[in-house]
Amino acid sequence: MVSDHDSSKLAQRADAKIATRDRGASAACAWLQGRPLLPNSGIPLDLNWVREVRVNTSAVERRTQSQVARRTVKKDWQAAWLLRAISCMDLTTLSGDDTEERVRRLCAKARQPIQHELVEKLGIEQLGIKVAAVCVYHTFVETALNALEGSGVHVAAVSTGFPAGLSPLAERVSEIGRSVEAGAHEIDVVITRAYVFGGQWQALYDEIAAFKQACGGAHMKVILGTGDLLTLRNIARASFVAMMAGADFIKTSTGKEATNATLPVSLVMVRAIREYAQQTGMAVGFKPAGGIRTAKQSIDWLAMMKEELGDSWLRAEMFRFGASGLLGDIERQLEHHATGRYSAEYRHPIA
Amino acid sequence: MSIAEKFVSMEYGPAPEDPKEAQAWLERHSRKFNHFIGGQWLAPAAGEYFDTIDPSNGEKLASVAQGSAADIDAAVRAARAGSPKWRALTPHVRARYLYNLARLVQKHSRLLAVLETMDNGKPIRESRDIDIPLVARHFYYHAGWAQLLGQEFPDYEPYGVVGQIIPWNFPLLMLAWKIAPALATGNTVVLKPAEFTPLTALAFAGLCQEAGIPAGVVNIVTGDGSTGESLVKNSEIDKIAFTGSTEVGRAIRGATAASHKRLSLELGGKSPFIVFDDADLDGAVEGLVDGIWFNQGQVCCAGSRLLMQESIAEVLISKIRDRMNTLRLGPPLDKAIDVGAIVARVQLERIQRMVAQGVADGATCWQPQITLPSRGFYFPPTILSNVHPTSIVAQQEIFGPVLAAMTFRTPREAVELANNTVYGLASCVWSESINVALHVAAQLKAGVVWVNCTNLFDAACGFGGYRESGYGREGGREGLLEYMEPKWFKHAPKLAAARPTVPPSQDPADSGTPSIDRTVKLYIGGKQARPDSGYSMEVRSPDGALLGEASLGNRKDIRNAVEAARKAESWPKATAHNRAQVLYYCAENLAVRQNEIASRLASAVGEQQAKREVASGIERIFSYAAWADKFDGAVHNPPFRNIAIAMNEPVGTVGVICPSETPLLGFLSLVLPLIAVGNTVIAVPSEKFPLIASDLYQLFDTSDLPGGAVNIVTGYVSQLLKPLAEHDDVDAIWCYGDEATVASAKAMSTGNLKQVWTNEGRTIDWFDSKVAEGRWFLEHATQVKNIWVPYGE
Repeated sequence: MVSDHDSSKLAQRADAKIATRDRGASAACAWLQGRPLLPNSGIPLDLNWVREVRVNTSAVERRTQSQVARRTVKKDWQAAWLLRAISCMDLTTLSGDDTEERVRRLCAKARQPIQHELVEKLGIEQLGIKVAAVCVYHTFVETALNALEGSGVHVAAVSTGFPAGLSPLAERVSEIGRSVEAGAHEIDVVITRAYVFGGQWQALYDEIAAFKQACGGAHMKVILGTGDLLTLRNIARASFVAMMAGADFIKTSTGKEATNATLPVSLVMVRAIREYAQQTGMAVGFKPAGGIRTAKQSIDWLAMMKEELGDSWLRAEMFRFGASGLLGDIERQLEHHATGRYSAEYRHPIA
Repeated sequence: MSIAEKFVSMEYGPAPEDPKEAQAWLERHSRKFNHFIGGQWLAPAAGEYFDTIDPSNGEKLASVAQGSAADIDAAVRAARAGSPKWRALTPHVRARYLYNLARLVQKHSRLLAVLETMDNGKPIRESRDIDIPLVARHFYYHAGWAQLLGQEFPDYEPYGVVGQIIPWNFPLLMLAWKIAPALATGNTVVLKPAEFTPLTALAFAGLCQEAGIPAGVVNIVTGDGSTGESLVKNSEIDKIAFTGSTEVGRAIRGATAASHKRLSLELGGKSPFIVFDDADLDGAVEGLVDGIWFNQGQVCCAGSRLLMQESIAEVLISKIRDRMNTLRLGPPLDKAIDVGAIVARVQLERIQRMVAQGVADGATCWQPQITLPSRGFYFPPTILSNVHPTSIVAQQEIFGPVLAAMTFRTPREAVELANNTVYGLASCVWSESINVALHVAAQLKAGVVWVNCTNLFDAACGFGGYRESGYGREGGREGLLEYMEPKWFKHAPKLAAARPTVPPSQDPADSGTPSIDRTVKLYIGGKQARPDSGYSMEVRSPDGALLGEASLGNRKDIRNAVEAARKAESWPKATAHNRAQVLYYCAENLAVRQNEIASRLASAVGEQQAKREVASGIERIFSYAAWADKFDGAVHNPPFRNIAIAMNEPVGTVGVICPSETPLLGFLSLVLPLIAVGNTVIAVPSEKFPLIASDLYQLFDTSDLPGGAVNIVTGYVSQLLKPLAEHDDVDAIWCYGDEATVASAKAMSTGNLKQVWTNEGRTIDWFDSKVAEGRWFLEHATQVKNIWVPYGE
């Protein structure tokens, strides 16, 4: 244990460490292989780049299969990584039966994802662990903002006719405007999947650029709907177009498709982020969403980010888990770490 | 460091596999191991032991018996004694034993994995996830073959006692590759594990006891190179199967030449890893990680020569360097380590020396900033760029985590560079175009081609090399055939030693005056050619009458014939249907001249045999014309989403020493299976009646056989065998003669390790189509290339 004095600023250091490496690059939001990167402001659509994409599905699958066997974290390191997973979490409720009370409960959990007793046992009081954001429908933005006031937890609104994204463009754009006006910090938008199937890259680019403009200062996460796009090449192409059009984050899925975030899909998107950063000097974040339910899975994803992009992408600024059930499993694993006994779900306060 | 600090640093931290059980196992054996002979642990006759160490820290793990010739003798005697009972078991009972071994490997999988990593230095991820599961798979697969043996190979018998020598890079996996097919086919074995890594073989001996494998069926004798030498030289061994360096393979070929020991060799490699500009480059980089940084690059099929299309070379190298920066090197028992320890100090020093040599030759050396552990033998992942084909590091096997990178411009140049090596074990092709990938795959001289993947193995897919990477296959149906031979052949009587065939001293005055108006020339490149010597040889009938004179070929004629055969590229490329058509045409033309040829042949072999030879010859030609488009390959079902295509490819250019006793039928029986599948041939016809050459070349000429596909050099075997068997551009030699001739063919073939197939000095009834034609011949005329093509979108 380090003294309270030393550790009191650990949380801030975690976020600031990378950005202060080079004073000359103070505007950098991330680093890749020693190179400072700026936030993404988009570039003109480069169709050649989109068309040159090569993805070998079997090779991607082999890499993800081998990666989960190549990397593991144990003991205190595992606890630390799981805490990091919590800090990168968009705690989400996107159900037809959501109510204001339900959202308030979720926000309470977001402020305090781990019960006090466990925080003390782990000796991490000074980290002030909380989730990164709460993700809700527009209707609940205000409720969430009120519930989270002063916590530093962001409010993210899904938008643009989520999850299908098939309402008229003007309505989708104005939906973003309403959420931004209501105070949402982050907007999760969905693309028109038909543009990808039809290779209408210009239309896709224009749509996302319009969303970006409507977002203004709010962070835009672009949901590709990977479970609908299906082929890894299409996913890579859509990733590039979204980044060119100014996405702050690219996100796998709505959580409503038959298949949600998978490691192969994520690897393809993460490699696209890397190539975009190498070519443009700009950093884009990544959010796998849906299907990540176990603590072990969250570590696999963190390891993938560390391996493919580096430590900058282990922070909430550049990486999020979109999850509703993940936190419960992480809590149980953390309790096991603290007590040596396997835990039960009912022992942890629900959201 | 607190959890809070770890939350900030986000490092991996240690994740050690607990070696407790493996240590306990060593303690149970008092860290001292004897040989496993005849089902018992026997102390070495000479009482000598050597240490095996953990290369990750240099600490001694155990003392292991040093095998002497006396120990080998005892083991071979035990194997011989165990043989009759083992081979007499029903296939089903042997299948049960093999199945039980597979189950036991799985049951003790973690102990075996940890022991392997401790003894060898490879990361526990590899021994746990790759080596040991493949070991179990190999025993399961061969339990299946044991079960089916009677139905699938009713006319085959096991060799008997097999000596097996395995390397240190995949100790237990190589043991499985050797022992599983040998036992499945009813052989008993004496296996010598590598000096550096004997422990898992000894643990396996324990599994054999647990499985109740009868005494003497599996014998393990530990020791160094001298132990292996004793095994190779032991006169009671029927076959040697060796995996290791090309240098030792060559010595084994030499040492076994004078015996009837059958041989399969899986040797070194310098495998190309070809990346085209339309490849998934990130995928290719991971392929390299699985290729050259797998098992510290100590892999015979490691993709150690990177060939990059010029246009993507720069970006690919940059991606490779980025990836190398994330490789984790360290204690191999850590579960999150990518690169472990080099097996021994001597190997580490060899790698260091070769990299220094590469740099001295002008290569640019790049290594990631990795702190090597202070103890143990480690070498960082290394890439040498600006390497030219002339550099030592582009030609010789380094057997370390060292990649040599070169560029190419066109697919044609890629193939040329890829094949510019004495080896031919494996290769990788990365391209998103199936046209490019398969076009290149077909042209690569290698036993395995991985398209858009690397180092995939499965028991169903035979593994083995072309050229100096050895011969024989391990795995698959073809691997099984390395441990059996046809029953009839095994029991065929020995040929009488040929009467001395020293050529009579040539007096120019004695020759050049043919007594009959007929000049038999050589047949080279589709043309009749005068012999370089300017001499001819007398051909006499059994009663001494001069029948005529044939050209006296010499080494230069052999040289010319090999060149012509090598240049005859149209024949191997011809479609199987076209080859069949040409062969049918040969049969047609032989039939037309049936009586005329038989009457000439009669002067040497008598009227009756001559007639039979011609009649059977026509039938044999028909047989191989029929076979030409039917000796198909296979599509294997390895447990991946993948098609693995097993192609039967011609061996290449083959020298044939034809049997003497049946001048026409013997020639056709050997040359036809070879050309039916697309080989080109240099044949030395029967010394007894070389005049048959003129009938044969007229036959080929009139049947549209392209020039150079078959070349005929008449002369004395004692003079022609040597230049043919020693020729480095000849891929195989088929030598049918008495024991002495056959032994010389084997001994002379060591230069380029060409495949040698002989009658082992036995008689063959060439008139019996059941034994003298068919699959057995075609199997030797081809080598299997497995092309792995994963798919998925």
